[in-house]
Amino acid sequence: MVTILRARGDRSIRSFIDYERGTISRELYVHPDIFEQEMEQIFQRCWLFLGHESQIPNPGDFIVSRMGTEEVIVVRDRKDKQIRAFLNSCRHRGMKVCRYDQGNNLVFTCPFHAWTYDTAGKLVGVGYGNHPEAYGDTRPGDQWGLAQVAQFKNFHGSLWATWDPKAPSFEDYLGPFTASLRHCLQSSDGEDGGLEMFTPFQRHRLPTNWKVPGFTSVTDGTHAAMTHRSAAAAGLHEDRGQGKAKPGTPFPREMYAIGDHNLGHGGQCTFYNQPGVPDYTDEWFEPGVDDYFRETAGRKAQLYANRVLAPHGWGGGHFAIFPCVMVDSWRIRWYHPHETGMVERWTLCGVDKNAPKHVKNAVRHYVQRYNGPTGFFESDDMENWNYVYPASRGVRARKLDYFFANGLGHGKYDDRLPGVVVNGAYTEEAQRARFSRWLAFMEAKSWDDLYPVNTSKNHRIW
Amino acid sequence: MLELTTVDTASLQRVILQHDVEQFLYKEARLLDERRLEEWLELLAEELHYWMPMRRNIKFGDWDLEFTSHETEINWFDEGKDVLAGRIRQINTGVHWPEEPVSRFEHIISNVELVGVEGDEISVNSKFFCYQNRLQDEVNQWVGRREDLLRRDPATKFKLVKRKIILAQNVMLPKVVNTFF
Repeated sequence: MVTILRARGDRSIRSFIDYERGTISRELYVHPDIFEQEMEQIFQRCWLFLGHESQIPNPGDFIVSRMGTEEVIVVRDRKDKQIRAFLNSCRHRGMKVCRYDQGNNLVFTCPFHAWTYDTAGKLVGVGYGNHPEAYGDTRPGDQWGLAQVAQFKNFHGSLWATWDPKAPSFEDYLGPFTASLRHCLQSSDGEDGGLEMFTPFQRHRLPTNWKVPGFTSVTDGTHAAMTHRSAAAAGLHEDRGQGKAKPGTPFPREMYAIGDHNLGHGGQCTFYNQPGVPDYTDEWFEPGVDDYFRETAGRKAQLYANRVLAPHGWGGGHFAIFPCVMVDSWRIRWYHPHETGMVERWTLCGVDKNAPKHVKNAVRHYVQRYNGPTGFFESDDMENWNYVYPASRGVRARKLDYFFANGLGHGKYDDRLPGVVVNGAYTEEAQRARFSRWLAFMEAKSWDDLYPVNTSKNHRIW
Repeated sequence: MLELTTVDTASLQRVILQHDVEQFLYKEARLLDERRLEEWLELLAEELHYWMPMRRNIKFGDWDLEFTSHETEINWFDEGKDVLAGRIRQINTGVHWPEEPVSRFEHIISNVELVGVEGDEISVNSKFFCYQNRLQDEVNQWVGRREDLLRRDPATKFKLVKRKIILAQNVMLPKVVNTFF
């Protein structure tokens, strides 16, 4: 299948990216044909983030999450205690079988005709199921259970799924970023899966294309000084208490913009070249919080006495998992497209599950005032992301290209992360890598064209 | 026809208190709309708890799940006067992009209901409609109610000690919340 932009003279998708100049046509952000194809070619195939196991600790607990434009029910089964994910659409007439954000259920009963599913998604009853004048031998059987995701993964507490049975394993999908994600899901003392998430999801709408925040801004090293100028001017950039920090012993580390052109992941990441962890520096206003984190940092230092931290590191930049999950040391922020010009942004913030209450409270208050539409910092992002869209979609404006050439041609492969291109910290290497992968997805007939990546299938386009 | 002389003192005091509380809430709204944010800050008690929980879609009867907890969960606002002062400093930098150029806000307050008086402290419920008009055609609106605790104050008549803001939304539909309720 040749992926085309129907309304523009059947141009191939590839022709909208100029690899030599480092530019991308604005059409890719504003054209509804592109959006429709993205939903099919990308969101039906990729591993997508659903939530965290700490949100549904008990049998029967469920949350409603999203995969792209659609809702999924994420539920812990009452019998085998396993977590599964199902499309929130009754198999009979397509009604939402669950219209709650979260809860605990014995079964999910559709409010239309009472088709009823257990917490493993199995159809266990239908309205009039035993009525002599109804179904009889046409009563729907096991094949009429809720539509279940093709693959599901609980990765150190974080929950992921894909609709594509041919997608590679989640670890293969992450590739060299497996260790980075694992590290971000550790508690501050280095314990695997040591986080719990503050409930619920923070959810809000942004009237822009999903790629504006999801691709361009993850990670955007050059935006902070201007976008977040007000936070700095108002003295809020140190609002956790970082202003009182005394510099510790410098720990050798380097910050780069990195991008995996074959897998699409990348960001602004910290590399560590020797075992150990940086000294803890006090940075909290609230009493007792630094004491806690100093102690956990000490335990982590012992754990890493002979180990080198995974690239990314604690608190050193953030990276994105393709297509649009942004991860750093205690936050996961990701994007659910609704339509070409509307995206819903979700945030989950974590904290050490074993931390005392005063520590959890300090972290919670910090993330509440930092993130989202009521956050000091991110409110400035929202304004910029929003108005990109109306200012790019006009008949004249859309004929222009976006500049993605910052650092083009200067990226190098690096042994520390095989296959990943490493470039200056303030370049756009990560964004270019996402578009290399984006193009591969948009052109691929199936996962056979996407994985495994080898020399004959190197998707790097620039 | 009601003779004023037949109104007892307690009823009269209650009417006057209702009037004073309404005037206080209206003034608050006017200061916000007239962009006199630092003057609005002066109406807040030092120990203010300003709280806007998120609201879940929940099964009938699961009412304890509807509002997010300010003890353990994520809220839209859950803060004190110091954080609100920081927000106002940020707006007043002139480079806080979602409020530059500044918005046209109109806060409409109604349904003011005194629900309890204890010494100097007054519990009062009210409703708000907040309309935001920005740039050429950006419109956002928030509707909800508030459960306030006011304390009598010699300088400003009252100070706001606690405010729970019950917003009629689930997913936050406006991209930024850049005013106060």
